[in-house]
Amino acid sequence: MAEVTLIEAVTQALAYEMRQDPSVVVLGEDVGVNGGVFRATAGLHAKFGSERVLDTPLDETTIAGLSVGMAFQGMKPVAEAQFDGFIYPMMDHIVCHAARMRTRTRGRLSCPMVLRAPWGGGIRAPEHHSEAPEALFAHIPGLRVVIPSSPARAYGLLLASIRDPDPVIFFEPKRIYRQYKEEVPDDGEALPLDVCFVLRDGTDITLVTWGAHVKETLEAADRLAAQGISAEVIDVATVKPIDFDTIQESVKKTGRCVIVHEAARTGGIGAEIAANLAEKSLFDLLAPIERVTGYDVPIPLFRLEMKYLPSVDRILAAAQRTLAYR
Amino acid sequence: MHTVATFSIPYVGYLDEDGQLSADAPALAADNDLILDLYRRMSFLRFFDTKAVALQRTGKLGTYASCLGHEAAHVAIGMAMRYEDVFCPMYREYGVQFVRGVKPRDVLMYWGGDERGNDFSGPKHDLPWCVPIATQCLHAAGAALAFKLRKEPRVAVSVVGDGGTSKTDFYGAVNSAGAYRLPYVGVVVNNQWAISVPRSAQTGAETLAQKGIAGGLHCVQVDGNDAIAMLAVMREAIERARVGGGGTVVEAVTYRLSDHTTADDARRYRPEDEVKNAWAREPLKRLRTLLEKRGLWDAAREEAFKAEANAEVDTEVNAYLETRTQPVSAMFDFMFAELPHDLAAQRAEVLRLEGGTHG
Repeated sequence: MAEVTLIEAVTQALAYEMRQDPSVVVLGEDVGVNGGVFRATAGLHAKFGSERVLDTPLDETTIAGLSVGMAFQGMKPVAEAQFDGFIYPMMDHIVCHAARMRTRTRGRLSCPMVLRAPWGGGIRAPEHHSEAPEALFAHIPGLRVVIPSSPARAYGLLLASIRDPDPVIFFEPKRIYRQYKEEVPDDGEALPLDVCFVLRDGTDITLVTWGAHVKETLEAADRLAAQGISAEVIDVATVKPIDFDTIQESVKKTGRCVIVHEAARTGGIGAEIAANLAEKSLFDLLAPIERVTGYDVPIPLFRLEMKYLPSVDRILAAAQRTLAYR
Repeated sequence: MHTVATFSIPYVGYLDEDGQLSADAPALAADNDLILDLYRRMSFLRFFDTKAVALQRTGKLGTYASCLGHEAAHVAIGMAMRYEDVFCPMYREYGVQFVRGVKPRDVLMYWGGDERGNDFSGPKHDLPWCVPIATQCLHAAGAALAFKLRKEPRVAVSVVGDGGTSKTDFYGAVNSAGAYRLPYVGVVVNNQWAISVPRSAQTGAETLAQKGIAGGLHCVQVDGNDAIAMLAVMREAIERARVGGGGTVVEAVTYRLSDHTTADDARRYRPEDEVKNAWAREPLKRLRTLLEKRGLWDAAREEAFKAEANAEVDTEVNAYLETRTQPVSAMFDFMFAELPHDLAAQRAEVLRLEGGTHG
């Protein structure tokens, strides 16, 4: 069994599904011969040819619109937005059409497409290359929003997303594209969508996160453990719809919750999770819920970038404030 | 300096305002059954449109987008297409859709506030009405890309207005159709007004058809009030696309004889004289004159057809008026192939509020 990075797991999942389902096509800017600027589609053009791996004209609106057009005619386009910041021109087609095709036609037509994008900051990229717009898409009825946090989950969740009969926004945390390798069997086994993954059991505090910040959050949990504090770590993975049951179960046990995300704070997914806990788990809580998030500013250029992103220290400080309630 | 490229935009028109057919008219102009069929469909469309506006005025329909004056363009597009082709409309191309089997009651359902109108009786692979401007052009190009990749001899046709040609999506469709050599026909129904903004304020281009030249498509301007020219041009464009000859932008020059929608009052921005002059060029009269000259139509036949068409429209209106509102659960039932847990909870919440009587 091969050890692969997160981005290699993405490529592997695309290749697997293209082999077994002829209606799956990959399209985007530079995804063909070049294999994508991050190399997510590396080798696919050679394997499947230019009728399955399509370089598109350089227009994000076109990529999204063509994908909707292919999808409502029964193909399964997997479109790539080259960078998260280039996804905004695509939103009209995703929001006004992909997300509501099934319901507005009372089930006559659907839009089984996946829109993949490298997501988030931390790679010293130019302006508009480090966005975390998951809450924008999560707010839209009719979309699933999925963010893997490891090679195995990237493989399994991407397969599930392509097989899903409805549109899925699949954000790939680019900061950890090549951070480490793990064994991922290329067996076509999908992971379930719409569920959280409990990465570490704990009894004293619940740490909830997704994407690249799973790393910092697990590290914070390690450091809390060194202080004798048992932290449960939850990877949300599907940020719409969220598996609140798993989060509530955890908070019932721990009574404390810190939510970590790199997107801006206001209206973020953290607010949604906190609101849900306030509605459903208020009397399980021993302390106010804390959010450790990006700030309500565009992600700064790289000199200040790491000051924006939640750090292990910020997570620990929030955890300590929460634990101070007795 | 030398010229690296030159272009021209042909203009096609065969039947003038007086019902006079030009000498270079295509063979189809001699097919009396076809011309009668065109006329009847156009005429039916006008009866329907008049009735729909009346229904809105009497509170029996929501906001409605009239197609008055577009009958020739719309019916001709429908008649040039095959069932297996895919149609991507904006929101007033009922004439195309009726030819393709969509029922008037479906149109009324949609404007009457019921999504089931979008689950219409026409080809199940056609798109429903598209309210955002010009997005459907790219969806048609995407469908055409699917046909090309699957090697299906099918063509995707979109319709956009003159204002829609200002949109990125229109250029994107034209550009990708050219780049991939797609079986795509983009029709611009140039009715001169994008709500209150005249065509002259939309673009500095001399014709809207020429916008296709930038993408490498065939481009043609046609008299959109001349059903014979429209049908000939559409047939040619669609058949060329079908056999791999590439896409076309067809600019149908016509006029919006109605308000933009029933929520609009065009008198605020549009000169009366202009509308009066446009009525002299309207599509039905000239086709009727041609048929009369050929002895195929007269006042009696017109009256008989009118009675027949209005009876059919009434049947459709009654079917619409008698349709019961969907159960409240229908809001949720088509959001996803399988209802996710969060929506299941919201659905249950609404049903509780409704007293659990629906489901």
